[in-house]
Amino acid sequence: MSGLVFLIPIALMMGFAGLAGFLWAVRSGQFDDPDGAAARILISPDEPLPPKKPAP
Amino acid sequence: MTTAAPPLAGCPSGLAPASADAAVNPAAFVRRTGNRSRLSLTVRGAKCGGCLSRIEGAVSALGGIEQARMNLSNGRLDVEWTGSLDPQKVSDAVTALGYGVAPLDTSEGDTAHRKEERNLLLAMGVAGFATANIMLLSVSVWGGHGEMGEATRQGLHAISGLIALPTLLFSGQPFFRSALAVLKRGRTNMDVPISLALILAFSVSVTETIRGGEHAYFDAACMLLFFLLIGRFLDARVRRSAYAAARDLAALANRTVTRLGTDGIPQPARPADIRPGDRILLAPGERAVVDMDIESGASEIDESLVTGESLPRFATTGMKLMAGSVNLTQPITGRATATADDSLLSDIARMLEAGEQKRSTYRRIADKAVSFYVPIVHTTALLTFIGWLLLGLGAREAILIAVSTLIITCPCALALAAPVVQVVAAGRLFRSGVYLKSGDALERIAACDHIIFDKTGTLTLGTPRLVPEGFTSAHLTAAAALARASRHPLSRALAQEAGPGPLASDVKETAGLGLEGYLDGVHCRLGSAEWTGAPATQTSGPALWFVYGSDAPILFRFEDDLQADAATTITRLQRLGITAEIVSGDRAPAVASAAARLGLADWTAAATPQEKVRRLEALQSEGKRVLMVGDGLNDAAALALAHASAAPGGALDISQSASDAVYAGGLAALPGLIRTSRAAKSVMLQNFAFAAVYNVIAVPIAILGHATPLVAAIAMSASSIVVCLNALRLNLTAERTT
Repeated sequence: MSGLVFLIPIALMMGFAGLAGFLWAVRSGQFDDPDGAAARILISPDEPLPPKKPAP
Repeated sequence: MTTAAPPLAGCPSGLAPASADAAVNPAAFVRRTGNRSRLSLTVRGAKCGGCLSRIEGAVSALGGIEQARMNLSNGRLDVEWTGSLDPQKVSDAVTALGYGVAPLDTSEGDTAHRKEERNLLLAMGVAGFATANIMLLSVSVWGGHGEMGEATRQGLHAISGLIALPTLLFSGQPFFRSALAVLKRGRTNMDVPISLALILAFSVSVTETIRGGEHAYFDAACMLLFFLLIGRFLDARVRRSAYAAARDLAALANRTVTRLGTDGIPQPARPADIRPGDRILLAPGERAVVDMDIESGASEIDESLVTGESLPRFATTGMKLMAGSVNLTQPITGRATATADDSLLSDIARMLEAGEQKRSTYRRIADKAVSFYVPIVHTTALLTFIGWLLLGLGAREAILIAVSTLIITCPCALALAAPVVQVVAAGRLFRSGVYLKSGDALERIAACDHIIFDKTGTLTLGTPRLVPEGFTSAHLTAAAALARASRHPLSRALAQEAGPGPLASDVKETAGLGLEGYLDGVHCRLGSAEWTGAPATQTSGPALWFVYGSDAPILFRFEDDLQADAATTITRLQRLGITAEIVSGDRAPAVASAAARLGLADWTAAATPQEKVRRLEALQSEGKRVLMVGDGLNDAAALALAHASAAPGGALDISQSASDAVYAGGLAALPGLIRTSRAAKSVMLQNFAFAAVYNVIAVPIAILGHATPLVAAIAMSASSIVVCLNALRLNLTAERTT
C-alpha cells in the first residue's frame, strides 16, 4: 500500500500534464482552423514557416 | 504534375465555381497601428489546400506584405503589411484568382460568442480531466471492495474530493449562474435540478468521507458535469457557427460607400460611418446602403429587393432612394437621410420586432420535456427520502438514497438529446450549402406544411430574358449593337442573347427613355414606345422597341426567367406533402406567367409587405404552418412572422437575419432542408423517448437504494453514449436520401 504514496501523485501529474496541454492548445488557437490545418500539409513546395507573430 | 491544365479561376479542385464579383475597395476597413496595417477579408469559394496556397501566395507576392494567413474553416484572410500598399491591390489579387472577396468589419465581431464557446470548452476540459482522475481512484475503491482498509478508502475519497471541489467551482459555473438567474425570476429550467444534484451529491459525499462511509459520489458529480458540458458546448458551437456563417454572408454585401467630402472629393467610407446629411456618390452597378434623397443625376433604379418589382424605375433629382436599391445606368449623387442601421421602413422594422416576439413564444421540444420532467424528479427524490424515513431508516441513509435518485435521474441524456442531433443535422446541412441560424429552427421547419414563395429573386432569377418571337436575327444584331452600351437589365439581356459583336457609334443614353446611335451612318433608337415613336400598345411584360432609320418599330418582349431548378423543387416539395403558393410585390402579369410555368394555382400579385403579413396570418389562423421563402426588404416582416423561414444567400442582410436558414446553393436545397429537419426531429423525439425509458428503469433501482456510485456511473455513461450514437444515425439516413 505504501506504493500508493508515489503512484497516486504520478497519476495526477500525468493527468495535469494532459490538461495543461489541452489548455495550451485552446488558448493558442490550435482549434481555430481545423480544415486549413488538414489542407496545409498537402501544399507543396514546402516553404519556411512565417516568422512568429503575436495573434492579432 | 497534373495531366489536365488547372482551371484558370476559382477553386482548382472544382469544388466551387469561380466568382465574377467585381473587386471592392477595402481601404475604409484597414486598421492601422503606426507603420503596420492590418486587413481582414472574407473570401468566398475557397475550398481546398490549392485555394489556400494560391491565395496566400498571390497576396504574399505583393510588396511589403508581412503576413497573409487564410483560415479555410471560416474563409477569413488576415493580411498584415508595412509601408504604403494600396489595400485595393490585396482584394484585386484575390479577385483575379476568381474568388469573391469582401472586407470584414472586425470592430463588431462575434467575440462574445467566441468567448462563451471557449469558456465552455475550458470548463469541459477541466471536468473531463477531473472525471478521469477521480474515476481512477473510484475504480480502486470499487475493485478493492471488502478488502481495502477503511483508512485507505477514506484517503482515496479525500483525494477525490480535493479534485472535485475546484472542478465544481470552475466547471459548474455556467449551470449555477443560469439556475440563479431563472430562480430570481421565479421560474425554473433544466439548470435548477442540475445545480441541485451537483451540490447535493458533493455535500453528501463530503459528509460521507468525513464519517468514513462506504460510498462517495465525487465521480458521479464530475461525470455529470462533463457530459452536461459536452451538450452545452455543442449547443454553443452550433449557434456560433450559424452566426458566423450568416455574418460572413452579410459581409459579402459590405460594400464601401463613396462619400463626397466638403471639397467635393470622393472618399471611401464604411457604411457604418455614414451620417444623415452626408453626400454620397452612387456609381452605376452600386447598391445604396442608406436611404437618400437624390440631389443630382438621373438614372434607372432596380428596386427588386425593396419592393419586389422586377422592372427598373426611373429616378431623378428630388426623388427618394431606398437602401437596397441598385443604381443601373448613370452615376447619381444624393444626401443620406438616415444611418445604415436606421435605413429601413420604420413599420417594417416594427413588424420585424413583433415577429421576433411572437416567435419567442415557440417552446422547444427540449424545454417542454424539462418542464414536464423537473417536478417529477424532485417529487420522486423527496418521496424517497420521506418513504425511507417512515420505514425506519436513519436520516443519513435516507438522504444518501434520495441523493442517489437525484443523481441517477439527472438529465444527462436529456441534455445531450437535442444538441447532438442539432450538431449532426447542422453539419449535414452546412455541407449542402444551408446555414441554420438557430437550433430550434430544425424543429420548426420540420413542422411546416405550406410554403409561401416570393417571386423576384427567389423563384425567378430577377433578370429578364428575351422572348424569341416577332423579330429577325438581323434586327437582333442591329439592336444589340446599341444595347451593348447600356447597363440597363433589358439591354443586357438583349446583348446577351445576341452574343459578342460590334458597338454602334455615338451611342447616347437618356435615362428613363432609351438609347440612340448610328449604325453604318443610319440613326437608330432603342427604348420605350414613347422614345421610338411606336404605338403605345399594352404589352404583357417588359418590352423594348427598336427603330432602324425610318423603318417600322420592332418589338422585343422579355420575361423574367425562372431559376433553373424552380419547377423540380416545387414537384419535390409537393411529393413531401407541402403545398406552395406565390405572394409577390411584382405586377400581376409577371406573377401569373411565373405561376403558370410552375404549375402553381395560388398566387397573389402587387402585395405590399403588410398584405404579405396578412396573407401569412390568414394561413396560420387556418392552422397551417408556413415556411416563408423570400429575399427582399418587402419580405422581411413576413420572414420574421412565419412559423419558419429561409432566405437565399443573395438576399438583403435584413432578410437573412430575419430568417431561420440561409441557403447558398439555389432552390434545390429546400427539399433537402425539409427532409433533414424532419429526420432530425424524429431522432430528437427518439432520444427523449429513450431518456424516459432509461428513467423508468433507473428510478426504481435508485429508490430501492441499489444505486451505488458504480451503478450510477455505468447508467449515466451508457445512456449518454446511446443518445449520441442515435444522433449519428441521422448522418447515415440523410446521406442515403439525398
